[in-house]
Amino acid sequence: MWENIKDFASTFFVTGDPLIYGADVSIVLTIIAILFVLTKYKKWGWLWREWLTTVDHKRIGIMYLIASLLMLFRGGVDALLMRVQLAFPNVEFLHSDHYNAIFTTHGTIMILFMAMPMMFALFNMVVPLQLGARDVAYPFLNALSFWLFMLGAMLFNLSFVIGGSPDAGWLSYPPLSQNEFSPGPGQNFYIWGIQISGIGSLATGINFIVTILKMRAPGMKLSKMPLFSWSVLSSCIMIIFAFPILTVTLALLFLDRFAGAHFFTMDGGGNPMMYLNLIWMWGHPEVYIVVVPAFGIFSEIVATFSRKKIFGYKSMVWAMMIIAVVSFFTWAHHFFTMGTSASVIAFFAISTMIVGIPTGVKVFNWLFTMYRGRISFKQPMLWTIAFIPCFVIGGATGVMLAVAPADYQYHNSYFLVAHFHQVLIGGVVFGYLAGIYYWWPKLFGFKLDEKLGKWGFWFWNIGFYVCFMPQYALGFMGMTRRYYTYGWDRGWADLNLVSTVGAFMMGIGFIFQVWQIAYSIKHGERDTTGDPWNGRTLEWSIPSPAPFYNFAVVPQVKELDDWWETKEAKANGTYKEQPAKLEPIHMPKNSGIPFIMSNFWFLVGFGFTFGWVWMAVIGFIGVFACMWARSFQYDTDYYVPVEEVRRTEASLGRVV
Amino acid sequence: MAQHQNHGGHHSHGSMKEYVIGFILSIVLTIIPLVLVMNPILSKTATVISILVMAVLQFVIQLVFFMHIREGEKPRYNVQTLILGLVIVFTIVAGSLWIMLFNKY
Repeated sequence: MWENIKDFASTFFVTGDPLIYGADVSIVLTIIAILFVLTKYKKWGWLWREWLTTVDHKRIGIMYLIASLLMLFRGGVDALLMRVQLAFPNVEFLHSDHYNAIFTTHGTIMILFMAMPMMFALFNMVVPLQLGARDVAYPFLNALSFWLFMLGAMLFNLSFVIGGSPDAGWLSYPPLSQNEFSPGPGQNFYIWGIQISGIGSLATGINFIVTILKMRAPGMKLSKMPLFSWSVLSSCIMIIFAFPILTVTLALLFLDRFAGAHFFTMDGGGNPMMYLNLIWMWGHPEVYIVVVPAFGIFSEIVATFSRKKIFGYKSMVWAMMIIAVVSFFTWAHHFFTMGTSASVIAFFAISTMIVGIPTGVKVFNWLFTMYRGRISFKQPMLWTIAFIPCFVIGGATGVMLAVAPADYQYHNSYFLVAHFHQVLIGGVVFGYLAGIYYWWPKLFGFKLDEKLGKWGFWFWNIGFYVCFMPQYALGFMGMTRRYYTYGWDRGWADLNLVSTVGAFMMGIGFIFQVWQIAYSIKHGERDTTGDPWNGRTLEWSIPSPAPFYNFAVVPQVKELDDWWETKEAKANGTYKEQPAKLEPIHMPKNSGIPFIMSNFWFLVGFGFTFGWVWMAVIGFIGVFACMWARSFQYDTDYYVPVEEVRRTEASLGRVV
Repeated sequence: MAQHQNHGGHHSHGSMKEYVIGFILSIVLTIIPLVLVMNPILSKTATVISILVMAVLQFVIQLVFFMHIREGEKPRYNVQTLILGLVIVFTIVAGSLWIMLFNKY
């Protein structure tokens, strides 16, 4: 009996690496600390009522934000471990298997569990406020999306201490990801972690499309909708068309592994290249899914901090919509070297260059907006200005990669690694950070400290170039990605060391930002006006932090940048005060079902990961029971009485 | 929510009968290809073609019976998204064939 348990534990838990044991200890200590604090201060009820069951889009946004920052930390630590390993030739810090696991989890976490939730955090925090709505179209589904993401992410991260991490690259290409080469549970963690959170992403896509099309304040025609909401619409259109492809592809891979099917195997009529073909049909739109909202954020910030209307609003909208469609026609450039007909390569090379054009249009629009504007260099604007040169270089190297014959040289070299980090950090991360700085006061009621933020900003920025510019050169010098070590004779040592220094500078930048948040909670400048940046769109017309029903009175929209025009009219004395009439506000009730159902999904994933079908069956029964329970729940909403609205507004310093 | 009150719960989202018909048809269309593959009675080309036909029919049934493509206040939205969806489905299928078949021979 004892032998059996010991046997099981030695394969179930990851053993043999001091780094992992250290992580085990810190995880256990953190969990104990959290349980202790919750119990000591009697916060369990609070946690359940206010957070775990909430359907409020702002709180869901905050939870997405916290989760994504944690994942940024995890993915960042992975990155630093890799850079330590590569800092000098012949380092024996990580052995090759461990290195493989780390670059795999770094990539998967940064895209799917850091960028996606940070994007959803911004969707949730901003879109309903910007549209003048009280919540998203389907608040219950929104909570479900969050918890599915969260439990999927936790399942994926668990692989690190239980069962072993996936180690077949961030897209898990077969044949390496098939049973014969990756027998353990690692790949199953990958498949189920992504599948479960993928359902959530798809639901969020649907939710926000409906919100944008159906829930805009009266008078806000699509042609008067703020650009960030447009970018969300573009991104969500891509989500609903791209994510099903990912789900199906991973399901087929799972059938190969679990049921012995032959979709992507080497024998039995399977074709591993088909997996690449399918996964990149999702993978390429995916990078536009995450970057287009960043474009929307920059459009809002540039207009606000230049005190000007955005230049070329219509061309911005068209550019984003064109990107949403054209991004589906470029996927094969990820595997030019697979070898296919010349016409295929020509088609995809040209479509890749075409998709760069709308992005170029947007860059010029931002520059023209700034031209002759009164620019104030607050934190959101700093990140925006840093983004432009960074993304332009990243875009230019992207077009270099699109030149198919040259791609045979660049393919899977550090040139490629530097390119996609430049567009993903310079575009996505800078964009989301800019957005977080910009909208932070609206969610939390205080600004993030400027001074610490600037330290963080410069460390990130300088660190970025120090880290990734050498990697372009290393690519030309023949260093391919996923090397876990190299010899002195290669001549790569100096540039790799420089790159590692840069990576640590970005890490220091991140520490400054965490410090900045902690510092600002106590000392940050309070936002008493609700409009700390002299903003242009509706979210700045309500108090900060926004009350749970958002708008006491649903606004009537007349112009693009309606709040700006209202302020102008007030200043000119041409503003006609309309008597505000408070009405009871219709709101959704909280529900515990999303949280419970996602936990059952976790059981499904965990069961299939270890091949314990009984556990998966229990999970599925639970999932269906939750759906059943929800189907017959009729009491899902309530009205906030006028008196309560008046009291809440008065407590926030507003008289209605 | 104020916007919600205007259109809460008055739409008919299909009747029980419609759902049952759709359900049965989609099951039948799933079983036929399965049977054709398990008991190869047709030639290979004929099997492939019949599976494709079943797939297209399945697609139509999902749209009509479950997605309610014929209903809605603004069918224009439905048509627009349907066209985009078809373009993307076409891209996925035709694009995969175009790229992958080159290596088959």
